[in-house]
Amino acid sequence: MHAIESGNFAAATGVKLARVQVIAAYPITPQTPLTEKLSEYVESGELDSQYIPVESEHSALSVCIAASSTGARAFTATSSNGLLYMSEQVHWAAGARLPIVMCVVNRGIGAPWTVWNDQQDSMSQRDNGWIQLYANDHQQIIDTVIKAFHLAQDVSIPVMVCYDGYLLSHTYMPFEIPSQEKVDSFLPAFSSHYHLDPDNPANLNSVTLPDLRVNVHGDMAPAYMEIRNALHKDLRGSIGVLEEIDEKYKTIFGRGGCPITEEYLCEDASFIAVSIGSLSYHLRDVVDTLRGEGIKVGVLSLHLYRPFPDKAIIKALKRCERIVVFEKALSYGYGGMLYGDIKSALYDCDERPLVQSFILGIGGREIKTRDLYEVLKEACRTSKPKTGESIWIGLKL
Amino acid sequence: MAKKIGQIVTSHGEPGPGDGGRTGSWRVLRPVIDLDRCVPVKKNKMACFICWMYCPDGVITRTIPPEIDYEYCKGCGICAEECPSRAINMIEESRFITEDE
Repeated sequence: MHAIESGNFAAATGVKLARVQVIAAYPITPQTPLTEKLSEYVESGELDSQYIPVESEHSALSVCIAASSTGARAFTATSSNGLLYMSEQVHWAAGARLPIVMCVVNRGIGAPWTVWNDQQDSMSQRDNGWIQLYANDHQQIIDTVIKAFHLAQDVSIPVMVCYDGYLLSHTYMPFEIPSQEKVDSFLPAFSSHYHLDPDNPANLNSVTLPDLRVNVHGDMAPAYMEIRNALHKDLRGSIGVLEEIDEKYKTIFGRGGCPITEEYLCEDASFIAVSIGSLSYHLRDVVDTLRGEGIKVGVLSLHLYRPFPDKAIIKALKRCERIVVFEKALSYGYGGMLYGDIKSALYDCDERPLVQSFILGIGGREIKTRDLYEVLKEACRTSKPKTGESIWIGLKL
Repeated sequence: MAKKIGQIVTSHGEPGPGDGGRTGSWRVLRPVIDLDRCVPVKKNKMACFICWMYCPDGVITRTIPPEIDYEYCKGCGICAEECPSRAINMIEESRFITEDE
């Protein structure tokens, strides 16, 4: 079935099709219509799920952690300061290896208050052990949500599905809603590596010592460092699992094929613009114009930001002359995070392209196609590319 | 404390004496059950077991009579406090050391 609906509707429908069993969420702009739609699905009986109203985001994820620990497929969603308010539990969910899926509808962070879009919220949470996937349009939102549940339970790592507030969450776009039968054939019933069982009581994630010690069975049990190392290794391994899941999705639904990065006119490109989220589709228009002027430029979009897909990045970028990174978030006091990640990924290559970094659209500052055009053209053409520091574009004072 | 579950390494502890290693040597008072006052013993029924339920270290058995594992009992006295028939007495540990010797 095809629909012309909002990005939040696409996400809610994906969650419904995934037959989520427990939903706990606290409304926050611009995520609110997503949770409202889910509560409607539950209230009308369309979705057989427990919808648990909570008083905060910290509680929302705590409920999902508890639900997931009992063996239920759990979902939450948030934005901006809501994500930061649940931050302690965000780390916990990853350390506890719980296959929770969370949508983060990207919004800037206060102070000062902003409700508009940038990607500072989820990007600043990149080091907490979750898998982070980003969608560029509504079709990718619904498809990525469904795939995220598969991935989360295959690797026992929680997954964030991030998409731009307003630009995607509140705009209407045509997309295909897969049938329940097809989703059921794709997504296995929920199973987890462990769930609480009253007949076999266990303590989960209680104080774990710095060094190994013998457990109740007399076996050497891993300590904190082993457990955390396993999370890191499994995150690295999840890149391959995501590729397999995407392949399965493509076979059943006919969509997919680029779960890690998505290239546009990159094959022969001397210059490649890199971005995350809807901005990368915006950049396609600019690239089309520049191609018309004879500049060999393409766009690379990252769908997977954590674990960082170094190998895919190197493969896609190592042959070009210049890389131009556009980001709607930064590590304050350093510069673009994606920029830093790309630079370090390329460090071990024999021939390294120049990397330029631009910060834009912070707190919803409008990103004009003309500005992108001028900046990207200058970045490709100039004999003195600005490297070494992230340049803010679109500033008016 | 932590256990490998399948391929996924997490912190997963099962209840039982020894999960925290050998403890309890710092006990000052030792709970001793007076079987003449203990409810399940007197009634010969699987009843009461308030001590078993309240013991924070899980060292009291749900049996007739209840038994206390002194290897892990830390002498907190919660069992004695909660016992409705006052069947558990907290006795100076030093007395038993002398007797053991």
